[in-house]
This record gives sequence, C-alpha cells and structure tokens, in this order.
Amino acid sequence: MDLNILCYLIPALIMFCCGVYGFITRKNMIAILISLELMLNAVDINFVVFNRFLFPGSMEGMFFTLFAIAIAAAETALAIAIIVNIFRAAKNIDVREITKMKF
Amino acid sequence: MDATIQILILAIPLFMFLFLGLLGKYLSHKLAGILGTTAMGIVTALAYYTAYLYFFSGDPHFQDGTQRLQYIVFNPVWLEFYGNLHINIGFLLDPISAMMLVVITTISFMVNLYSNAYMRDHHGVFEKGFQRYYAFLALFSFSMLGLVVATNIFQMYIFWELVGASSYLLIGFYYTSPAAVSASKKAFIVTRFADLGFLIGILVLSYYTGVFSFMDFTSAPVEGLADTFKISTDTAAAVLVNKFTASPVPMFMGCSVLTWALVLIFMGGMGKSAMLPLHIWLPDAMEGPTPVSALIHAATMVVAGVYLVARLFPLYLQETAALEIVTVVGALTAFYAAMVACAQVDIKRVLAFSTISQIAFMMVSLGVCRPEYHHGVGYMASMFHLFTHAMFKALLFLGAGALIHAVHSNNYTAMHGLRKYMPVTHWTFLIGCLAIAGIIPFSGFFSKDEILTACGEYSTLVYIWMSAVAALTAFYMFRLYFLIFWWKEHKVHDPHHAPHDQPWCMTLPLIFLALVSCVAGFIPFGDFVTFNGEEHTFDLDWTVAGISLTVALISIAVAAKMYMKENPLPDKMAAALPRLWDWCYHRFYWDELYMFITHRIIFGLVCKPIAWFDRHIIDGTMDAFAAITNKASCAIKGLQSGNVQTYVWVYLIGALLLGTVTYICLL
Repeated sequence: MDLNILCYLIPALIMFCCGVYGFITRKNMIAILISLELMLNAVDINFVVFNRFLFPGSMEGMFFTLFAIAIAAAETALAIAIIVNIFRAAKNIDVREITKMKF
Repeated sequence: MDATIQILILAIPLFMFLFLGLLGKYLSHKLAGILGTTAMGIVTALAYYTAYLYFFSGDPHFQDGTQRLQYIVFNPVWLEFYGNLHINIGFLLDPISAMMLVVITTISFMVNLYSNAYMRDHHGVFEKGFQRYYAFLALFSFSMLGLVVATNIFQMYIFWELVGASSYLLIGFYYTSPAAVSASKKAFIVTRFADLGFLIGILVLSYYTGVFSFMDFTSAPVEGLADTFKISTDTAAAVLVNKFTASPVPMFMGCSVLTWALVLIFMGGMGKSAMLPLHIWLPDAMEGPTPVSALIHAATMVVAGVYLVARLFPLYLQETAALEIVTVVGALTAFYAAMVACAQVDIKRVLAFSTISQIAFMMVSLGVCRPEYHHGVGYMASMFHLFTHAMFKALLFLGAGALIHAVHSNNYTAMHGLRKYMPVTHWTFLIGCLAIAGIIPFSGFFSKDEILTACGEYSTLVYIWMSAVAALTAFYMFRLYFLIFWWKEHKVHDPHHAPHDQPWCMTLPLIFLALVSCVAGFIPFGDFVTFNGEEHTFDLDWTVAGISLTVALISIAVAAKMYMKENPLPDKMAAALPRLWDWCYHRFYWDELYMFITHRIIFGLVCKPIAWFDRHIIDGTMDAFAAITNKASCAIKGLQSGNVQTYVWVYLIGALLLGTVTYICLL
C-alpha cells in the first residue's frame, strides 16, 4: 500500500494536540515537561516528513531534527534542574502554586 | 641652529607645573619653594642667553646689517586638519619676543624668590597649599612664555586662554574666601567674554586671508636663509590686496571685514589688558596673593593685549581706523584709571588702577604710531614702556606686599609713617614711585617721554590729554607714597611687634628691581626694538621732556603739600567736590552698571522667561509622556499573574485566532 504524507502528519498533529492539552491541564511540573517534549517531537516528525516528501534529494530537514533533539535534551536537563531547585525552595512542584514571578 | 635651549625655556616651567602639581604634596614646603625658584632661575638664565644671542651675536639669521630679522627656531605641525589648514606650535625669535622673554622670566623669577618668604606667617609657618601655589606660578610663566613666542595666531590664542585659566587659579588661590572666589570668576568670565571677540576676529581674518602664521601676515622671507623673515609692511599690504581687493571688498555693517577682524582681535586685547569697558576684573584680581598681583600686572596677562597689537602691527597699519579705535580706548582708559586711582584707600587698588592707566599709555602709543611720524617712535616707545613698567610696577607691587605682610592690612590708614620702620622698602618704593611719575633719571621718565613725543607727533589733543594723565599719575603715586610712609607717626601698639623690613628673599627682589628701574632708562631701546626691525637711534626731545618733567614735579609738590603732614586739606577738597570724589571712590560705578545689566536686564528680562519656558513647556511635555506611560502600565500590569498555564492559554487562543484569520483571508 502507498503511504501518503497524511499518514505521518495526522499522528504528528495528534501528538502535538496531546502535548498542548497536557501542558495546559497538568499540575505537576514533570508532567508539563513531558508534554512539552511531546510537542517538540511532533514538530521534529513534521520536519523529517516534509523533508522526505517535498525535497527527497536533500537531507537538511533530517539534520535539523538531530540538532533539535540534542538541544531539546539540554533544555530538559535545564528544566529538571530548575524544577529540583523549586522543589527544594517551595517543597512543592504544583505549577498553580508557583506564581511568584509576576508584577 | 640648535633648539635645545628654546625647548627647555618652555619645557622646564611646564614640567615644574606637572611635577609640583602632582607630587607637590609629598614634598616639604621648603623643598617645593626651592625647586620652583631654582627652575625659574634656570629658565631666566636660558632666556637671557637666548636674548643675548639674538641681540648681540650678529648671526645672519638674527640680523642683516641694521635690520633685525625674525627667526623661527622650531615650528612643528601640532594639529593637522586637511590641505594647508594646520596649527603649528613653534618658537619665534624676534625683537619683541626676545625682549618679552627677558621681562617675563625676570619678573617671574623675582616673584618666585619673593614668595618663599611672603607665603609664610610671622612665625615662618608656610601657608596651606604652598606647593600648589608654586605649581600655578610655573603654569602661569609657561603660558605667558608660550604666548610671546607664538609663531601663529592660533598658538597665541591657545596660550592666551592658558594665561586666562592660570590667572583664574592664582587669583582664586585663597579659595576659602568668597571674595577671592568671586574675583577669580569675574576675571575669568570677563576675559573669556573678550576672548570671544578675539576668536571671532581670528576666524574672520583667517577665513578671508587663508593664513594663520604671523610671518604670512607681516613679514617677507629672507633669500638664502631658511626660517628667517624680515618684517615688511608690503606683505601686509599684499595680503590685503590679494585677498580683499581682488573681488569687491567684503563689507559688514559699513566697514570692511578686515577692520572688523582687527577690532575684534583688539577686543581680546582689551579684555586681557583691562581697557575701558572690560577693565572691571582687574581691581578685583587683587584678592590673589600680592606676588601674583605683581606677576599679573607687571610681566604677564595685562601686557598680553599690548603685545597682541604690537605683533599684528603691520596689519593694523593697513587699517588706520582700527588704530584710531585703539588710541581712543587707550586714552579714555588712561584718564579714567588715573582719576579713580586718586581716590582709593586700598594700596593694591591704587596700584591696580595705575597699571590700567599705564597699560593704556602703551595702547595709545601703539595707536598713534605711524611710520611717517618720527620713524614710528610710538611702537618703540610702547615696547620700551612695557619693559620699564614691568620692572617698576613689579617693584611697587612687591613693595606693597612687604608692607601688607608687615601691617596685615591693605589700607594705607593702617600704615602712615612707616619710613623709619622699613627703610629698605621705603627707599625702593620711592624709586618705584619716581620711576612711574617720570622723574629723570629713572626709567619711566625716558619711556613716558617717548610716548608723549609720539602723541605730540600725532595730534596736540592726544598730547595734552596724555600729559594730563601723566600729571595725575605723579600725583596719585606720591599721594600713595606720602600716605604710606609719612602723614603722621606710626602708632606701634607693641614694641616687640613693630613693623620691620622683611627677610632677604623679599628685600633682594626689591633692591634688584629698584636698580633696574634706575638704569633701564639708559638702554638705547631703538637699537633693539622698532616697528620694522630697522635699528634707529631716537633722541630725547628735550622740549617734551622738560614739559613733562615740570608737570610731574608740580604734581609731586601738590601731593607733598596735601599728604606729607597730617592736615585737613584732603578732606576739605573731598568735601568741596563731593560728587567727583564719590564717583572716583566708587570707580565711576562701573561695577554697579555691570550688576544692573547682568542681573536686571540679562537675568531678569531674558534668562527668567527662558528658564520659565524650559521648566514648564519643555520639561512639562517630557513629564507628560512619562506620566502617561506610567498610568498605562499600572492599568495593565494585572495581566502578568505569574500563572504560566494562563499565559499558554492566551497564547494558544491568540495563535488559533491569527491562524483562522489568515486562513479566511487566503480563501
């Protein structure tokens, strides 16, 4: 059977929407972080797919995705460190309780 | 020619200023004084050597037969703009600069030596800031030396401003006294105002002629010798013909721009030399230490204006209208200052007004000088008087300093009858008075006689006017002399603290300057300084000399009659002419007039409305902007709640809306 582009884009869209939903509804910061990763990976899939279908001869999209994954890993490490520190200070990682950064 | 000596003449005072100014506080007071004095002594020796070489060595660079030449010792480019527009800093040797080198270094050395003792109290304790004082003296000498050797008008302007700045520092030396502070500010602002005219004059002149260098204005190069020029009025005329008559002469308000340029340059000279409307800073400058007054009034600062006119004299000769202005301003100032000097109580103020009057003599002498009158005697007389006046006025000021140091007051009312207590000061002061009054054989007689001869050649009116001023000069100087040293017995409150002569380093300069004042008149000045460098022997005109001598003697006799012994005559005369006495005593209310103009008219009618506009309209607009921004941010700050998920909601909805709108539009 012939796989067309939608077979990839629709799962990626579903993944992205799950990420957004999770980001908005979860209270736990770790869960929010996971949701964030979900969105990021959905976008990565899009990159690869568009590269494969629109510009079959080139590899830029693939490499771009590799970079994005590496940066995402670094970002996650940073976010985890921030969350650990917040937990140490506030004994809590409920995002709705942590509202000190405002006017 | 090797330029080491000339470089050192400028470098040593500058180095001493930096050294004493930066490291002075780590030196002892005594060492700082000795260092400053020694350095000035070395500079004096070098300047004497330079002047000796210039006048007597007969080097072809300096002299061509009987004509003295101008020689540029060094002249490197200091600031380069583009093309031929550049400013040089150089060293010009010519008759007047060589003479000024001698005058400045002599007086400055005497003042340095004298200050070692003057700047202490009776117990020998040095005054606070003694090292700073010596640093400033060195700066002052440096600026004035740089001014007189300037090779171009811009270098002169730079050092001119330096002279102004260093006089500001020295007049305000006692910076804890409000009078000294306001006097220094006044001196700076008034001379600065005049310098504005000078600067505009320079710009006008150089814009139309395209040159800065004095040599290009006033001299012609000598064939076969590099850097050597001879003074030539033809060059001045040629500059004007090429620049001003090739096209129609540029006019401004009925006068040619050249007249304007020269008058504006003279305005700078009026400020520095304290000529009539701009004289008000000089009497107040007495707030500085007395040796500084000697330096300002004798050798530096006030003669700068005369020197400037003398330097550009061939140009002034092309524009006799400007020279007539010089004459009129000088004559009015001379008479005014002499009148005021007759009624002052503070001895330093009498001397200050006599300085104004004598400088005005020099200005008049330049103003009446024409080559056709007696081989341009006025120019030589002016420079001669500058020389002799420097010596006897420094003598008088240093003598006044010795008196003030002895009795702790500036007023003659605290002195009276000091002749027995301070014999050295008395005799030297008497010599100074005789010299300034013009009594043969003291130096002032000869120079003043040449000036009066020059005035007589020019016009009888000027001659009579200046003779009257000379008579007044003799009168007020001897009034001062008799009131200080005679009048009545000095009241000594405590026999252990009777006034006495000062230590050797204060009396030595007095004696030296008195000796110079005795012999300087016999210098054949025409052999050294003339308007075109040509040596010329000027004979004394005995008719003029006899008349001026008689007038001076009569004035001295009148002064002796009025002030030698205590008597009610002076009070009676003051009471008989109350209006005149009041006007003289209050200096013809010039200060009040300036206060009125600045405070009532400029501050009240011009500055106040401008200040109101600035505070309310300009500042008000800016304040309104700030207030609006502040209000708006207060109103919307609640949106930043700190809840991250709310932000994401808002962002998501916004993004979706934007996407929808774009989609609809694209359809």
